[in-house]
Amino acid sequence: MLLLVLQITYGFIMGFARIGMDGLHDFIPFNTARAVHTNLLVVWLLSGFMGAAYYIIPEEAQRELVSVKLAYVQLISLAAVGVAAIVGYHFNWWEGRKFLEIPRQLDYLVVLNVLLFLALILLTLFKGKRKTTTALVLSMGLLFAALLYIPGMLPFDSQVTDSFFRWWVVHLWVEGVWELIMGGILAFLLIKLTGVDREVIEKWLYVIVGLTFLSGVLGTGHHYYYIGVNKIWLIVGGIFSALEPLAFLAMALFAVNMYRKGEKKHPNKIALFWTLGAAIVSFVGAGLLGFAHTLPQTNLYTHGTLVTAMHGHLAFWGAYAMIVLAIISYSLPNMTGRKFYDGVRGRVAFWTANIGMIGMTMAFGVAGVAQVYLERKFGMEFMAVQKEISIHFVVLILCASLFAIGILTYIYDFYKHGRPTDEAMETVDSTFL
Amino acid sequence: MLSKQQARAFFLGGTLVTFLIFIGLTIYSFSDGNDQTNYENITEQVVRGKVIWEENNCMGCHTILGEGAYYAPELTKVIERRGEGYVKAVLMTPVPWAPNERKMVAYGFSEEEAMDVIAFFNWIGQIDLNGFERIVSPLAKDKQLTNN
Repeated sequence: MLLLVLQITYGFIMGFARIGMDGLHDFIPFNTARAVHTNLLVVWLLSGFMGAAYYIIPEEAQRELVSVKLAYVQLISLAAVGVAAIVGYHFNWWEGRKFLEIPRQLDYLVVLNVLLFLALILLTLFKGKRKTTTALVLSMGLLFAALLYIPGMLPFDSQVTDSFFRWWVVHLWVEGVWELIMGGILAFLLIKLTGVDREVIEKWLYVIVGLTFLSGVLGTGHHYYYIGVNKIWLIVGGIFSALEPLAFLAMALFAVNMYRKGEKKHPNKIALFWTLGAAIVSFVGAGLLGFAHTLPQTNLYTHGTLVTAMHGHLAFWGAYAMIVLAIISYSLPNMTGRKFYDGVRGRVAFWTANIGMIGMTMAFGVAGVAQVYLERKFGMEFMAVQKEISIHFVVLILCASLFAIGILTYIYDFYKHGRPTDEAMETVDSTFL
Repeated sequence: MLSKQQARAFFLGGTLVTFLIFIGLTIYSFSDGNDQTNYENITEQVVRGKVIWEENNCMGCHTILGEGAYYAPELTKVIERRGEGYVKAVLMTPVPWAPNERKMVAYGFSEEEAMDVIAFFNWIGQIDLNGFERIVSPLAKDKQLTNN
């Protein structure tokens, strides 16, 4: 049953990924496509995290979920709310607040949904036979992620205040508690894939999430430089944002070292690729490229340009999309009972998607830097600049196609090998129940 | 070498301390003496403008205060740059506005709605953005230079 819950989640994830990451550029109007693009990302990552939690928590707690039926209800209703929101966007039904466009009525449904999810996870954890650090960090991340949704729902008259608290959600999610979730999933995968002692991995997990919060909470300041609040954020945000890459660096070093140390060679090579890939690409995308424009002196010119899009794409891909794909790759063979661990297609998917995404990031980067110079330094008109840099978007689309091919290959593998056979279900059930 | 206990203490301690500082700085930023937004100038009209801004997801193409999508021009100093007449025309036109081939949705707002949005832009234009206001809108910058 657990298997089917996950299967459904992942089905949705794939569906969302396909819509969200392909066929994006010709949508009219742009603001609809943009809202759909970012919101789908959030919904599929969240369902990925939830799916991962439904897999990891019972295994770590050594107890089945308290109610698998409710888990179904929760996941399906989350997907339903997501779809309702996306459909709504096409009819001008939204809040128009970057990343949090979901209309208020649906916000309440999301809250209900997430409360149900948390109840299921936390109950399972507390009734479980053991409470591991990995499970605790993962649950803590999920709990805080839910709590931090609230500041985004407060109404303000001032655009500045509104924006200030909107970042409490967006920043503290992606550069705070989501990293806890990512760290938890990463630790789980490393324990399983490398066979390194749990105590060692979990100790480093604490160090990493410690670094994350130490730098990330005050690092929120980098969103406050130029939106009309006090200059103190220039200093605080500047210093702590500069520290943010450390957490990602630690994560990358940690993953690679654990892999080297590992004595056990888990046969699931594809999952290992995605796991290590996530740790490394998140350091480059989130850590380095983020740092590239968080110094206040740089950000003064790059704030509100395509440079941000450059960072955003590689960061989300590396840190969150890849870790979700990693846990899918890991759990799928275990759930279906198939020994589907390695294969040309899996590797092709990994490399084409990554090369495509790196190409896209470079296209955004070049376009962004050119935009900064032409528009901000030389004072050219916005649209004149856009015409100058349009060639980079051709490159972007080409690289995006490559990326899409990689993702489609992954999905093909997923459907081909994802359906359980009766035989497979018996294996899984005996492991988990 | 660091023990697991110490690592946990580092995580919990670090989180608590930075979070408290964060809350402190937030309170400081919104204390009376530190307002850079001319909060008292937010009229009902400005708030109505903000609602229209949000209901139509203007941020899905434009940026404001440097935030939003990067498809259409920054609107922080738009009134200074273009003047009210131009902005009003764009907001009220029944056919898609498409300077340089990139189309904007034709919203066809009423005059009152357009004026609400303009009031919102006017309020935004007065905010002290720690220097960003001079970078973000080169034309407005040129105008300021000639005024000085």
